[in-house]
Amino acid sequence: MTSSKQALADPASSAEAASGSQPGAARGARGRGTPGQGPDSWRSRFYRWDMKASPYVFIAPFFVIFGAFSLIPLLYTAWYSLHNVQLSALDHQTWAGLDNYRNLLSSDFFWNALKNTFTIGVLATVPQLMAALWLAHLLNYHLRGSTVWRVVMLTPYATSVAAATLVFTLLYSWDGGMVNWFLHFFGVDAINWRESDIGSQFAVSSIVIWRWTGYNALIYLAAMQAIPSDLYESAAIDGANRWQQFLHVTVPQLRPTILFTVVVSTIGATQLFGEPLLFGGVSGSKGGSEHQYQTLGLYMYDQGWIIGNLGKASAIAWSMFLILLIVAVINLLLTRRLRKSQ
Amino acid sequence: MTTSELTLPQTREKKGRTRRVMGAGKQLHAGPVTYVVLTVFALVSLAPLVWTAIAASRTDRRLAETPPPLWFGGNLFKNLEAAWDQAGLGTAMLNSTIVAGTITVSTVLFSTLAGFAFAKLRFRFSGFLLLLTIGTMMIPPQLAVVPLYLWMSDFGWSNQLQTVILPTLVTAFGTFFMRQYLVQALPSELIEAARVDGASSLRVVWHVVFPAARPAMAVLGLLTFVFAWNDFLWPIIALNQQNPTVQVALNSLGTGYVPDQAVIMAGALLGTLPLLIAFILFGKQIVGGIMQGAIKG
Repeated sequence: MTSSKQALADPASSAEAASGSQPGAARGARGRGTPGQGPDSWRSRFYRWDMKASPYVFIAPFFVIFGAFSLIPLLYTAWYSLHNVQLSALDHQTWAGLDNYRNLLSSDFFWNALKNTFTIGVLATVPQLMAALWLAHLLNYHLRGSTVWRVVMLTPYATSVAAATLVFTLLYSWDGGMVNWFLHFFGVDAINWRESDIGSQFAVSSIVIWRWTGYNALIYLAAMQAIPSDLYESAAIDGANRWQQFLHVTVPQLRPTILFTVVVSTIGATQLFGEPLLFGGVSGSKGGSEHQYQTLGLYMYDQGWIIGNLGKASAIAWSMFLILLIVAVINLLLTRRLRKSQ
Repeated sequence: MTTSELTLPQTREKKGRTRRVMGAGKQLHAGPVTYVVLTVFALVSLAPLVWTAIAASRTDRRLAETPPPLWFGGNLFKNLEAAWDQAGLGTAMLNSTIVAGTITVSTVLFSTLAGFAFAKLRFRFSGFLLLLTIGTMMIPPQLAVVPLYLWMSDFGWSNQLQTVILPTLVTAFGTFFMRQYLVQALPSELIEAARVDGASSLRVVWHVVFPAARPAMAVLGLLTFVFAWNDFLWPIIALNQQNPTVQVALNSLGTGYVPDQAVIMAGALLGTLPLLIAFILFGKQIVGGIMQGAIKG
């Protein structure tokens, strides 16, 4: 049934299929059974089937993998979030209704993790994207060895979360750490980066900033190179200096790209996990002695695999998803408004 | 060879054009200040990596002293050996190569097929399905790990590599990346011509799509390998130190498995080295791929 509709919706393929099939069909109607025609009509039938089925066959692997390892698990996570599922007694799953969610909403640790995720997210994203914009602007000049500069700026991206965090943890150590040693030249007393609230959050954010600034700069650079140069020419004729050109030509032209990176960074920040986990060392999943850098991702891991309450972990996962959806809707509304105001 | 085609042919053309237009704030020759600021950015990018190597060549005791070491010591090979043996980085490197290699081959293959279908074939719901594919990129991996973990335990697959390979055999990013490339790089007339000759879809894919897609496939392969090598959340849940990937081994190091900072730094260095080498060899293509993805995305 769908196939006939599809042929209607797809004039090219139906025309081709028809031209391929009709000679065989016509000859068949005349009742001549010469040997050459059997394979011919088989081939045309195969051809027609092939034209219709192949797109679905080609996209099938993605949707099978997505269905089996994302969509179905996502639904199961919702199901588990309504149950009491303990790591120590996996066979004993009892209905819990909204208990896990109620539990979360009344838990100080959940709100603390939500607040930390937000703070670290802002601390990591805002400076990162601003630095990336600046870096892209510089890379957009006609440079000697421009490829080398670009590759160098991207090397932090080659470093895994784990490797980068191990290194930064040592750089930030209280005793003999490189950062504190560097700061003492400016008369700053040694900072206990692991214990202090804002210090630890800044340290965790700096790992994210270090790893992603170059990557985002390349995305901005690509968009900058697509800006028509006559926009700059007319701005220059109007007497705009470099800074004004950057502000009034580059930034507005980059607005879609900036929004794109904001969305991607927000998604990344909501899931932040590896950096705070490894920054915490042995008791990493707690996010510091006072939970001062425990993010939602970390809180979920802690509840699920350290404490062993997988039902609650599922509820945290769904809360993260809901928060992301809210952020996405806000983003959409903002974009609409921006478009209208233009 | 062919991959260099990806580094934005329009860019070069534009450079030539704007050089004539002095006063336009674009593609001007960089002044000394620009080079100074870029050098600072470059130092910040590279210093932690260089310092990793310095720290890996020292002793645990030396790393706790002030001032921190600024130049290489003599313990590099001893620490690398310790990381290789004690932290299981030897096994981890082998496992990561298997995992990232399999994921890369399969992602590139399946993404090219799906990307081709979305770019050039007409079928019902194609627009909706493409939108759905893009939308799936928003779903955090955290939403899948609890059921995956429970199923894995049921199957008796704990600590086996297929648990970390299967979920990422093909990605939405790869599909979208290939679709964006093939929309402009693969002329529809070529497909039509092959069709008129009676070529089946598989023949079209083999003789028309793959040759046209090769540069983008190479770049997607590099990006996928980096992603798979560095994947963290699911591997540390699914695997442990008995059969680790590099990231799992590094996680064990970070949580006190071997309490020697110099060895930990040696481990971080070893685990990053393969990708650093890849960046030195193919940096230009990786940069081009990220920028290519950005323009069309």
